[in-house]
Amino acid sequence: MRDRYEIRFAGSGGQGVILAAVVVGEAAAIFEGLNSVQTQSYGPEARGGKSKSEVVISRGSIDYPKATTPDLQIILNQASCDEFIAQTGKGGIVVVDDTYVSSVPETEAQVFSLPIVKTAREKVGRELVTNMVALGVTAKILEKKGLMKAESLKQAVLARVPKGTEEINEKAFIEGYKLME
Amino acid sequence: MPRVEFWQGNASIAQGALAAGCRFFGGYPITPSSEIAEVMAAELPAHNGRFIQMEDEIAGIAAAIGGSVAGFKAMTATSGPGFSLKQENLGLAYMAEIPLVVVDVMRGGPSTGLPTSIAQQDVMQARWGTHGDHATIAYAPSSVQECFEVAIKAFNMAERFRQPVLIMSDEVLGHMREKVVVPDRETYTIVNRKKPSCAPDVFMPYKPDPEDNLPPMASFGDGYRWHITGLTHNEWGFPTNCPEEIAKKTARLMDKVNAYRDDIVEFETESVEDARIIVVAFGSVARTALSAVRMARSKGLKVGYFRPIVLWPFPDRELEALAEKAGKLIVPELNYGQMVNEVERSVHGKAGITQMSLVNGELFQPSEILEKIEEVAR
Repeated sequence: MRDRYEIRFAGSGGQGVILAAVVVGEAAAIFEGLNSVQTQSYGPEARGGKSKSEVVISRGSIDYPKATTPDLQIILNQASCDEFIAQTGKGGIVVVDDTYVSSVPETEAQVFSLPIVKTAREKVGRELVTNMVALGVTAKILEKKGLMKAESLKQAVLARVPKGTEEINEKAFIEGYKLME
Repeated sequence: MPRVEFWQGNASIAQGALAAGCRFFGGYPITPSSEIAEVMAAELPAHNGRFIQMEDEIAGIAAAIGGSVAGFKAMTATSGPGFSLKQENLGLAYMAEIPLVVVDVMRGGPSTGLPTSIAQQDVMQARWGTHGDHATIAYAPSSVQECFEVAIKAFNMAERFRQPVLIMSDEVLGHMREKVVVPDRETYTIVNRKKPSCAPDVFMPYKPDPEDNLPPMASFGDGYRWHITGLTHNEWGFPTNCPEEIAKKTARLMDKVNAYRDDIVEFETESVEDARIIVVAFGSVARTALSAVRMARSKGLKVGYFRPIVLWPFPDRELEALAEKAGKLIVPELNYGQMVNEVERSVHGKAGITQMSLVNGELFQPSEILEKIEEVAR
């Protein structure tokens, strides 16, 4: 693992991008014993508007808490894609949702266009769990990179979601994980 | 084994306050500090404490002062606009010598400004926001771990010196989540206010003990009667126009902090030993500064880092010694220049000072400070 690994989730308010980053941070800090910092920025709206959340993971201490050149970006709407894709770090990965991101600007990053929202809607049955599908995708990528066990992320999801919703969230997470296979 | 949590800065301050023994919170929600009130509202009832949401910011601090007089360790939390409103009662707490912790999670101003964006524009308001001579103790944490730690220290100082103590956080730190290793109880000290041991009929609420020049404080309900006023008062607590008594009271308000300055001042350094340039920063900005200093070091530049953990009293002598050796300082802050004035005062012209201001609601990027370092190094 290099000094720091930066992950950014971006979308519109209500898609759960802040919670997604919080869960990754918790998985790293509590279940993997790593250091992690999660930050966010959002407007005053509860729904709509731009929403961005970042998590930095490191074995060492983390000084600057925000992402500068994210190694992984999970982007869930067109406006965020247009704004953020150019910031992707060297050798970085970008995952975009194929429902809400229709055109991906020219980039050197490795881009995966995946049916994240469609999977939440059709396979799991609720668009509300979009962020959990995105976390499943994230888990597979972090596992491949040797950064974190997918199981740690799943445990963090289950520890975080409201009681009684574990099953649907876990299903969404697993379906997301399968999207990257 | 110590517990590991992934808390927001605001939650960490609240948890630190609870660990310090805070059992009363009076306040009014304001972004970006509201999570402090939320955690206190959820936790205080379970800790035999009381949480009251008051009708406004002014009433919030008034309730906290009342809670403290009743014997509870008390706190309130706010942001810029509310900090302005609290200044009058903050002055009352300085004058009446009531222990209290006030948290200001800084956002952009003036006025209602930028509720969800970071700034560091309240440095001077913390020092001189309320009128009249008084000594200020203000902590400025820069990590979520440190939020927990300074909350405990702030209560200890408030109880020890019988006065308000400030925690100056900021929007990024308040909302940021980070790993916290919750320290075991036996690893930190808890200070409780000194109570009178004399008989109630001879109790003088403002008569300092000769050994430490600090007066013990009785709680309402302990059986000790005392008069609390914002008017300048004698050792009995009654208003006075006697020049000797006025001078004595005012001097003690200043001296009780100044005399123990070395117990209060705290700062952190990195790579200052051979530094030719030192970046001086506090709060969230210090993290950007540290990142830039480390990047500059990896490029072979002799750059160091100095962070006041306590903003007031300012670590002036310590900074002066390092500044004289280095010769050049860079002071980035999220305002048009507040701490930099204190830096200038501290170093007595022994180092060149380059000021960096950013007032657009964002945190500095490491590359911005690095560029300034490279420019100053040339």
